[in-house]
Amino acid sequence: MTARIGVVTFPGTLDDRDTQRAVRVAGAEAVPLWHRDKDLKQVDAVVLPGGFSYGDYLRAGAISRFSPVMETIIEQAKGGMPVLGICNGFQVLTETHLLPGAMLRNNHLHFVCRDQKLRVETDNTAWTADYSAGQEISVPLKNIDGRYVADERTLDMLEAEGRVAFRYLDVNPNGSLRDIAGISNAAGNVVGLMPHPEHAVEPLVGTGRTDGLGFFTSILKKLVNA
Amino acid sequence: MARVVVDVMLKPEILDPQGQAVQRALPRLGYQGIADVRQGKRFELEVEGPVDEAALARIHELAETFLANTVIEDFVVKVEESVAAGESK
Repeated sequence: MTARIGVVTFPGTLDDRDTQRAVRVAGAEAVPLWHRDKDLKQVDAVVLPGGFSYGDYLRAGAISRFSPVMETIIEQAKGGMPVLGICNGFQVLTETHLLPGAMLRNNHLHFVCRDQKLRVETDNTAWTADYSAGQEISVPLKNIDGRYVADERTLDMLEAEGRVAFRYLDVNPNGSLRDIAGISNAAGNVVGLMPHPEHAVEPLVGTGRTDGLGFFTSILKKLVNA
Repeated sequence: MARVVVDVMLKPEILDPQGQAVQRALPRLGYQGIADVRQGKRFELEVEGPVDEAALARIHELAETFLANTVIEDFVVKVEESVAAGESK
């Protein structure tokens, strides 16, 4: 038996298909979830993919946060279900306050689309166990609201607790504080990041490398061994 | 119907690159002497029924949980004068 990983589609989601494919490439079963459906179809974990849910109206992720599917996801994430938020999914997770801080317009006001070098800062989360702490990876990055901000006290707490999961290397593409590309919650089951690991799981496309596959093999191993 | 206005602004310590871009454009347009611009959002809520304490408390809650993200934004709730019946606006 393999793990069932749900991938949520909101109106305006773009990367649900790529995310489902990445889940399958890793060897798990991808289960499409619909934003208006509270039922999570007994999945073992959930990915909130990238895109522009609800047109980014009000704030990126602000309206999705109140969708029926998120009610169940928030409840189950608090109970330990693994949740990964990629790009718009990360924005949704900060709006739900499952992850601290907030995302704002890039400091240079331009849309960014590039291959981005990252350092995986911790292997101590449900989604990064297959990496080693300090490992450098390269995955696509594409956003306009990617600037991670939080107050100094929160940033210090994240650093002290080892919850800065990914940091930008070489270039800080959006003005994120302390070069933060992604973070986790205290328990390590909820992880969010702006770059797109799901676009780097096969050599043919994306960066030409498979550096993003580790997210999906990490969760699969965790769930299968559980 | 009464109108309640919710103004939402980025907190002072949060960098506002959109406001800065507006400010930088001003000299080019011939406007001098404006040292800083901050950009915010204004919501106009047309409220059915009386705007009493309970209604305002609900709007405050709505602003705090939805219209503003209090991690990065502050908000102010103001009651505007009643819009007279038949008035076009």
